[in-house]
Amino acid sequence: MSLLAIDNLSLHFGGVRAVEDVSFRVEPQEVFTLIGPNGAGKTSIFNLISRIYDAHAGRIAFEGRDITAIAPHEVAQRGIARTFQNVELFEHATVLENLLLGRHVRFRTRLPFELLFTPSVRAEERAHREKVEEVIDFLELQHYRDSRTGNLPYGVRKVVELGRALASGPKLLLLDEPSSGLNTEETEEMSFWIEDITQELGITVLMIEHDMALVREVSDRVLALNYGRIIAAGDVESVQAHPEVVRAYLGE
Amino acid sequence: MRAFVEFSQQVLSGAALGCIYALIALGFVLIYKATEVVNFAQGELMMLGAFLGYTFISLFGLPFWLGLPLAVVCMAGIGGLLDRIVVRPIVGQPVFAIVMVTLGMGFVARSGASLVPAWGVDTHVFSTPFTGKVTSIGPLVASHDQLAIMATTAALVAVLFLFFRYTRIGIAMQAASQNQLAAYYVGIPVKAICSLIWGLSAAVAAVAGILLAPIVFVHANMGFIGLKAFPAAVLGGFGSIPGAIAGGLVIGVVESLAGFYLPEGFKDVAAYVVLLLVLAIRPQGLFGEGLRKKV
Repeated sequence: MSLLAIDNLSLHFGGVRAVEDVSFRVEPQEVFTLIGPNGAGKTSIFNLISRIYDAHAGRIAFEGRDITAIAPHEVAQRGIARTFQNVELFEHATVLENLLLGRHVRFRTRLPFELLFTPSVRAEERAHREKVEEVIDFLELQHYRDSRTGNLPYGVRKVVELGRALASGPKLLLLDEPSSGLNTEETEEMSFWIEDITQELGITVLMIEHDMALVREVSDRVLALNYGRIIAAGDVESVQAHPEVVRAYLGE
Repeated sequence: MRAFVEFSQQVLSGAALGCIYALIALGFVLIYKATEVVNFAQGELMMLGAFLGYTFISLFGLPFWLGLPLAVVCMAGIGGLLDRIVVRPIVGQPVFAIVMVTLGMGFVARSGASLVPAWGVDTHVFSTPFTGKVTSIGPLVASHDQLAIMATTAALVAVLFLFFRYTRIGIAMQAASQNQLAAYYVGIPVKAICSLIWGLSAAVAAVAGILLAPIVFVHANMGFIGLKAFPAAVLGGFGSIPGAIAGGLVIGVVESLAGFYLPEGFKDVAAYVVLLLVLAIRPQGLFGEGLRKKV
């Protein structure tokens, strides 16, 4: 069974067809990349999956269950985590606190027990701390653990956001332009992490990316969009060579 | 010596009133931080809390320690409902629309209260277990009402601090106020959290109203005290909880001293004079963070 199944998805803003009749499948443990020129509808698809937008038509199923109309905060509970193009962090909180907030959906404690600080609450806290420390080690964020995220350089903030998504223990990770704003070295590092995330942690990745070197490096399959429609799908080489894709990027 | 005792006495009574300003300012700040709505009806929430306390304790004859929590819980429910029914539909609309709605809520609350048969436009008195008792601290005299206000404010602030610092809901509230989008995607039900915050603000306002009742009486217009709490919140740096408390205390003490030492009339403008002076020197308020745009 496909992890994520998107069928005939459409999203319109007035007369603008941001997403038009898009269907694709993401299989477990693959890296699936959406490419296309600006305004092709890639981020709109992310926003439909993470329920910022309501689809006008079509269906999104995750692990065989329909998620087309669930509440936005339930997306994380189902096991889908995401990062944003422009980094959305809790700016006044430290790296550690941001990652712990990533664990929010996994907390099971209830208020009365928390107020009493019962042993079960403490045990759970410890378990979450351990999980978060694993993520910190994995992404080599030890050095920044107690820094306020608002003060960190952009490249580090980007990694912290990835860490927060990983901390939630997702099955599917949506990465919106993981390399944007990063230098070559940081982009290189990002591609190693994406490989480790799928191979070591067994997490499926659906990403949007413009950097074709990174796309080639990590993607199992690629889907090209233009004006909200699918123009090509398949492995990296065939999609990149597809005449429609060449035309979309270079013009007639 | 006598001058010093007089001064201290004024500071003491100013601090007690300042605590009330602080509690109302706290309500402003909680709602503003989480939802970026400035709730101009915060004073009216306090008024409704006082009336509910009056109803339960004086009209129904419930014991104070039952009537107080009952009024607070009712107000928490009313606060949450206001968010759900009145505020949530207009979030995302232009700021002035939201301002008009909260101002309107204040008007409706005032006229609504005066239409209730047993409330009306009269002033009501209700006594608390503290009323009429005094304690001498050296040469100073403090009424138990004043001491109760200060002790309750201190306790409430401590509880709120622990709540925000250590509980999952408290942390989720902080997260939602820092970044709503990110909060949604770590699985925080942001809309429900906003309603809870409105409930919390209204509950704090109810405590303030019931504590204030023995000092200024219960009246449909008692909510105008919110006009003093507003500068308190701004003084502290809108958006800062410690700032709201400090701002409230400063305004309360300054007002009390101005009333005692300065000619008639200065008392009511003192709060705004202090506010102007502080903002001229520190535009972000006492505890506010500077808004610098990074380029």
